[in-house]
This record gives sequence, structure tokens and C-alpha cells, in this order.
Amino acid sequence: MDMTQAIILTIMTAATPLLLAAIGELVVERSGVLNLGVEGMMVMGAVSAFAIAQLTGSAGLGAIAGLIAGMLFSLLFGFLTLTLVANQVATGLALTILGLGLSGMIGESFIGLPGLKLASVPIPLLSDIPFIGRLLFDQDPIFYTSIIAVVGVNWFLFRSRAGLRLRAIGDSHTSAHALGVKVVRTRYLAVMFGGACAGLAGAHLSIVYTPQWVENMTAGRGWIALALVVFASWRPTRVLAGAYLFGAVSIGQLHAQALGIGIPSQFLSALPYLATIAVLVIISLNRRMTLINTPASLGKSFVPER
Amino acid sequence: MRIELKKRENMSSLFSVLSPFIALGLTLIAGVILFISLGKDPVAALYSFFIEPLTEVWSLHELAIKAAPLILIAVGLSICYRSNNWNIGAEGQFIIGAMAGSVLPVVFHGWESPLMLPLMLICAMIGGGAYAAIPAFLKARLNTNEILTSLMLVYVAELFLDWTVRGPWRNPEGFNFPETRNFADNAVLPRIIETGKTHWGFGFALIAAIVLWFIMRRTLKGFEITVLGQSARAGRFAGFSDKKMVYFAFILSGALAGLAGISEVSGAIGQLRPVISPGYGFTAIIVAFLGRLNPLGIVAAGLILALTYLGGEAAQISIGITDKVTRLFQGLLLFFVLGCDTLIHYRIRLIFGAAQKGSAA
Repeated sequence: MDMTQAIILTIMTAATPLLLAAIGELVVERSGVLNLGVEGMMVMGAVSAFAIAQLTGSAGLGAIAGLIAGMLFSLLFGFLTLTLVANQVATGLALTILGLGLSGMIGESFIGLPGLKLASVPIPLLSDIPFIGRLLFDQDPIFYTSIIAVVGVNWFLFRSRAGLRLRAIGDSHTSAHALGVKVVRTRYLAVMFGGACAGLAGAHLSIVYTPQWVENMTAGRGWIALALVVFASWRPTRVLAGAYLFGAVSIGQLHAQALGIGIPSQFLSALPYLATIAVLVIISLNRRMTLINTPASLGKSFVPER
Repeated sequence: MRIELKKRENMSSLFSVLSPFIALGLTLIAGVILFISLGKDPVAALYSFFIEPLTEVWSLHELAIKAAPLILIAVGLSICYRSNNWNIGAEGQFIIGAMAGSVLPVVFHGWESPLMLPLMLICAMIGGGAYAAIPAFLKARLNTNEILTSLMLVYVAELFLDWTVRGPWRNPEGFNFPETRNFADNAVLPRIIETGKTHWGFGFALIAAIVLWFIMRRTLKGFEITVLGQSARAGRFAGFSDKKMVYFAFILSGALAGLAGISEVSGAIGQLRPVISPGYGFTAIIVAFLGRLNPLGIVAAGLILALTYLGGEAAQISIGITDKVTRLFQGLLLFFVLGCDTLIHYRIRLIFGAAQKGSAA
């Protein structure tokens, strides 16, 4: 494996959790729900995946556990915001605070243990293609899932009837309700999908990216994923581009730290966060594009009239 | 079983008082379940968590010290949230405020002047306010999402503090520890009473809460905040500027967070360290909501959340459970608070049996 290949590979590994979490949140927001608890669901996915991998000796089961944990955790958010119509922003924050606390407690006995790594699954024939084969077809299952998720969500939102209904709910839940679309049920499903994606993204961190458990190991990635959705103006393919751009920034700063180019490491570590602010600013410069793409009901509660 | 909501004609004044207490009760019940599942005696655990810290004079002082930053930050945040400005970066404004306030005692070490403390406090408020002005500017000018920008600036502030205390501000006589010089006596925030450790930060918190309560209740500004928060459009018709309100809310809450930062550093810690806050800026969000965004309610809520910090430490020592329980309790509490607030605006009916035809679940 040459140097370029190695660097591209690390960028892809850094981008995968961002991509997964963002694509899940994209579906949630397209349905008109703003779940700011991505960070919390992600960190719950990370700790559950690590714990189950340790206890069962199988990283694959760990990944599944991460997915389920994220999904269950998102149901808490769903119950509060969809059934009890609580404020979505505040509930999302609560989910993050609760997730960071609960994961810290669960993970306490796992700190410092060597983790299990999810093995990569080479795809026969395709993985033998020079250069590209190693990058695209000799990866871990979570990477494949992330790519399938982008293609699948893109198809679902813009090519399927159910996707059209979901977007209709996101743009006007009252009209959609009047047309007989099941608003709350659809939103529950969207929120659960978002939770599953965030949980799997967290699992990627603790059993692929750095196979170990560190408290708060998501380090703001859930928030960056939220920013990516805005940056991508709610389009799956742009989320893909954005996630890889961020993967490149975070790997770039790590390499710069390793080379010791005379800039304090703290400044380099701050780069991904500053880059997030920068892309948010750049995207909001084009106000028309944002207005056209933002789901009109985003963040608003819906109580069906009876 | 289904849950159905029916909008109340008027807000329930009964539940707007009761809901925080119901939430506290539910949190305690969750605590009992948690302690039993950890194999601990729930009564002893809850006692050492919530009662024991209140039984000694010194720990009451600790309570006031921990409550001070929570109340100061949360009253500022309540203005933000009431006016529909989602500042969740108070932790960063706390840090930058503390650093701005520390310039004089660290860089100009040895400057003997009675102006030292007042200038420190002013610098901290300017620093915190200026840092909060960044997301405010981006929101007012470019419509950039303030939730994400204010939160990202927290990470930046943490890293900046880390670099400063390990680099340029490291104590030259400190054996290479990552800390600044200890503040000289004239830079230390005095105690309120001689016999206990509670410093003036708690006094500032109470003053801020009362002043903001008065503003919200009795002045046009308070009315403007409420109107713009409920409907920016209605506010514009009334001649209020929603853009100016963005700056007002952010800079005010940033300044208060900055004041909390310097009070903590100068009154409780005595120097800058890589980590100066156990997440006060985030816990204050819970305080603001538990206090129902009412400055006086926030004083009570701040004391309760401060108790969870002390209780966590006490429970770790006396019954050997991890102090991570604190964060868990705090998160649960916010959840229950938000859930119970539904009772204020809606009647909740439980419907047993299958869904009727035509009514979407």
C-alpha cells in the first residue's frame, strides 16, 4: 500500500461516522424534525458497541448493538417531541446531555481495555482492482453501509412514493395531515432511522476508527454531522461530499501535528470546529438556496386535530 | 394504549408551578431504580446524594460556590431562550471571560492597585460578551444557525485555554505544571462573610437574577423580549428589531457567563488551569429550563443542580458509586422537565384499546 492510498484510506475512515450520522439526520430533518441529540445517540452507540463487542467477543455483534442503542435512544426523543410535543431544540440538547452522562457511566469499567476491531470484508474480484479496489472494496461493513445509505436515501427521498410523503410532511405537516398522510407515525420512523444511523456511526468510532472506549469520544462529531446537513442543503450526495471534505480536514490537521510544523497542536485541533463555522457561514451567504431547500416545518411541533 | 393531547384553553397555572416538582419527583424515582439496579441501598444512596451535603455548614458554602456560576449563566440564557435565540455555547463564553479577566493578574502580575478586581470583572464581561457576539453577528447578518456556531466555539475556547496555560501563561516558577501563577491577594474575589468560603460570585448571581426578573416583569425591554420570542413578525409590527434583540440576548448572556468565569477562577480556583469548569455552561441550560426561564425560579434550580454536583462527589466517597451519576441525573432531570411542561399547555388523555378508525396514532 503506497502513501497516497494510506492517506486516502484514513480520510475515508474519518469521514464514515460523519457521513452515517449526517445521512440519518438528513432524513429526520426532511420529515420536519430537528433532532439535536445526534451527539448523544452517537456516544451511546459507541459505548454499547464497545461493551457488547467486549462481552461477546464479536465486533459484528457490537456494531449491531450500537445501531440498536442509537435507535432506542432516539425513541426517547421521539416520545417527548412527537407524542408530548416538547420543544425539539431543548429535547435534543437533553438527549445529548443524557447520552454523555449515561455512556460515561456504562463505559467506566471499559476504560483502557484493548478493543476489538471490526474486520474488513473484501469483496471478491472487485477488491483486486489496482488502487481503487483496496480503497473501495476491501473495507469494513460499516463503510459499505454508509455508502449504501447515501444511495438508498437519495433513491428513497426523490424516487419513491414514501419519500415524497416524507418530504411533504417536512414541508407542511398540516397539509400532509389533511391529505391523510400519517404525520406522527412517519416522523417516528424517520427519527428511529436517524437514531440507528447515529448509533452505527458511534459504533464505527469505538470498533473501527480507534478500537477503544474513551469518555466523550465522539468529541463533537455529532454536532459536525448536524452542520453537514445544513451545509449539504438537505441533499444526500452533498452530504457525501461534505463528510469527505471534513474527513480530509481532520486527517490533514493530524498529519500536520505529527510533522510538527511549528503551529501549536491545539490550534490544529481547533481546525475542524472552525471549518464547521466557516462552511456554515459560506452556505448561509447564499440565502436563496437555503430557503428553497430547508424543510418548511423544520423544528415545529405537530398536534393532530381531532 | 395511546396518548392523546388536547390543547387547553388557557395555560394551566397549576401545572406551571407543579411541573418542575413533578419532574424532580420523577428524577428521584429514576434514581431509586438506578441505585437498586446497581445493587446499592436506594435510601442510603439518595440520602448521601441529596441530603448529606446539606447537613454541614462547609458544604452549604460549597453549594453556594457551585450554584453561583450556574445561576449567573442560566439567567442570561433564559433571556436568550425567551427571545428565541439558542445560545448553547455558554461554556465557551465562560472560558473566554475567565481568560480575559485573568489578563491583569497573570500578565501584569504584581500590579498593586485597588482597581485590579473591578477591572478584572469588567474585562471578563467584555470577553464573554465579545465571544458571544460572534454567533450573534453571524445570525443577525447572515442568518447562520446560532446553535451550531455557538457550540463549535466551545471546543475552540477549550483548546485556546489549554494552549494558553501550557504555553505563554504557564507559571515560570511552577515546575512545568500546566497552570498560571496564583492570583495575588488583590486579585482574589473576597468572601461574602468571613467565616465561610462563599465568594462574591454568589452575590453577583443573586443580583443578576433580581435585576433580570425586574427587567422581564416591569420594563418595556422585558415585553420586547417576550414578544420577539413568541413571534418575530409580531414584534416587527410593534416596532421592535429582532436583529438588535439577537445581539442584546447573546451579548448579555455572554457577559454574564464571562462574569461567572472570572468569579470561579478568581474566587474558587485562584489560577487558570487547562480545565476550569465541570460543564457549568451546559448544566446551566438545564437550570434555565428547570427554573422555567424565570430568573427567580432559576435561583432555586441553580441550587438544586449544584446539589447534584456535591451529591455526586459525596456518593462516590460514601457508597462507592461513580460520580458520573451526576451527569446522568442532570440529563434525566431535563428530560422530565421538558416532558412535564406539556401538562401546562395540554390535557393528556390515555386511551386504552385499539386506535379508532380514522384517527392517526
